[in-house]
Amino acid sequence: MSGDELYASLAWLPKPPRDFRERCRALRDASGGRDVARLAAYALDETQLRRVTEVVDALRNTGRSLAPLTPFKLGIIGNATLEPLAAGLTASAARHGIDLACFTAAYGQLVQEALAPDSALNRFGADAVLIALDHRGLPLATAPGDGAEASRAVAASLAFIGSLRDGIRAHGNAVCILQTLAPPPEALFGSFDAVAAGTLRSQTAAFNAALAASVAGTPDVILDVAGLAETVGLANWHSPTQWNLAKLAFDARLLPLYCDHVARIVSALRGKSRRCLIVDLDNTVWGGVIGDDGLEGIVIGQGDATGEAYLEVQRAALGLRERGIVLAVSSKNDDRIARTVFAEHPDMLLRGEHFAVFQANWNDKATNVAAIAAELSLGLDAMVFLDDNPVERGLVRELLPDVAVPELPDDPALYARTLLAAGYFEAVAFSDEDRKRARFYDDNARRVALQGQAGDVETYLASLDMRIVFRPFDATGRARIAQLINKSNQFNLTTRRYTEADVAALEADPEVFTLQVRLIDRFGDNGTIGVVVCRPSSAHAWEIDTWLMSCRVLGRRVEHMVLREILHHARARGVERLIGRYLPTARNGLVRDHYRTLGFAPAGSGAAGETTWELDTAVEIAPAPMAVDRAG
Amino acid sequence: MPLDAIYGKLSDILRDQFDDDDIVARPELTAGDVDGWDSFAHIRLMLAVERSFGVSFSASQISSLRNVGDLANLIASKTAG
Repeated sequence: MSGDELYASLAWLPKPPRDFRERCRALRDASGGRDVARLAAYALDETQLRRVTEVVDALRNTGRSLAPLTPFKLGIIGNATLEPLAAGLTASAARHGIDLACFTAAYGQLVQEALAPDSALNRFGADAVLIALDHRGLPLATAPGDGAEASRAVAASLAFIGSLRDGIRAHGNAVCILQTLAPPPEALFGSFDAVAAGTLRSQTAAFNAALAASVAGTPDVILDVAGLAETVGLANWHSPTQWNLAKLAFDARLLPLYCDHVARIVSALRGKSRRCLIVDLDNTVWGGVIGDDGLEGIVIGQGDATGEAYLEVQRAALGLRERGIVLAVSSKNDDRIARTVFAEHPDMLLRGEHFAVFQANWNDKATNVAAIAAELSLGLDAMVFLDDNPVERGLVRELLPDVAVPELPDDPALYARTLLAAGYFEAVAFSDEDRKRARFYDDNARRVALQGQAGDVETYLASLDMRIVFRPFDATGRARIAQLINKSNQFNLTTRRYTEADVAALEADPEVFTLQVRLIDRFGDNGTIGVVVCRPSSAHAWEIDTWLMSCRVLGRRVEHMVLREILHHARARGVERLIGRYLPTARNGLVRDHYRTLGFAPAGSGAAGETTWELDTAVEIAPAPMAVDRAG
Repeated sequence: MPLDAIYGKLSDILRDQFDDDDIVARPELTAGDVDGWDSFAHIRLMLAVERSFGVSFSASQISSLRNVGDLANLIASKTAG
């Protein structure tokens, strides 16, 4: 993805479903604001935004409520074609919890609309008016080298906007949203444009600085179009063809991005910006899995490109905390092991005291996110959840649709940029109180008790289209099997290590039953995520020598399916009893009750905490919602 | 790009733009035949076509189009070779 594409495509939002238009039509007959907001939460292009806006208009025209969206009336005046803005804004605002009604002034009518007390705009009763002016709508005259004339032009432009603001405040009592100017890329001299008075570049710079200063002490706010256009590139922003054809102030490809930015401001004006960032740990704030890789094995810190990428995520989180965003952790991890990273790893920027709540457990993330929100007395719509795992993201989105869950690109170097590009924490002001807010929450990284489960996880799992593939060990899988056997610490019942040669021997031994497990879902192929080795222990019994799984697939009932598979083969070979052993280590507390949970009966325990378990192979285990492929 | 592939893709774009699954891109189709195909919609359609085919049109090319046949031929000339 090129740099501007991340922004232009709203890459932090999930891609719209294939049946997007059908879903829009279905909304016309049902529902209110919540369903509209869910549909608007996808990365919609201009046409799709228009579809959602049409739905909102239709619902509104038939007197249907858009609750719980917050109503807001926005007037739009400007010097370009405004209709596309309104068509994109209503949908974009729904994404941010706002039921937006727009009024657009007729082309070229901005002065009359602002200044006439009984103009349609002033009668509209706008909560805010977006003054969408660009450099072509202001008396900025190119006067190369003429400093006095340049200053006059800038002052005249500011005075013009000042008169619009005064009119709107006097007649409609609305907040004005003022745009900084995106300088056009066409230079007069070249680099010297930045130096010479009277070039468009130096005039827009002077204008933007003065405009930003002018909102202090007023209710008016800035929409930093200059910053937005610079972010995506001025040559991308300004389209001479589209201006000439249709008087579009900027390239229509960027309309979704522009509209989202306006919607963020409107949402911030209504106090609806988000307040809490919940981060996953493994492969989100450091590289690797602490429970498997250990303190020395995870990647974080300077001197390593990947380590620096994760450091950037930590820096972003800390920056947000400095401006009052509360931080929390939700991670599938052993609490004690996860906390050691914060306490002991020298390269970590984030420390335990930066977090208000620290949830490291093996429960589903939706339940944990809900518990964090409850503990902080914040609404779910104040939460942002950052996680590299698409299945976890999907679960939280599905069960807690009010929580913002950014999509993340494959490259962790872009995690921080993507999070910040999403604008979840937009503010229209910043006070000392905001600065201190994160500390109000008594940052003791406390662990909170979970309430009931947040929602129907089973239904979500069924929607993943999971397919589990069972194969005996083979030459193709050998290297990966050996890697898992030597690396897995957490979901590992016996932590027995075997070399690749050992694995090959197991593969060839007709007495030994082996299984490699692969899991595929709608987000992709997770690869080999489980390994099982069973050996005959007596005439009609198998002992499970090795059973390990990747923690990435925890909570998806893969272990039930694996047990079903073992039982299937055991019965086929006349095996009547399965014997399981749990050998405790510092890392595998997660599976202490593994066999008990699966219905095994206790059959002894040793001094070092090891336990033995038995299961009659005639037992039937309820299947999990996934298709089974059995090979070999 | 062969013309039939262009027409297929244009049908998808038109259906998407005008929210009407019955539209079929054919050479003689004009704006007057489609509900909502006004001058603004025309610009949006052109932008969607540009994006979808990875081509760009000048203002004069856009204003000289008489029907979908002209549009398909223009796309073909830009995607040839």
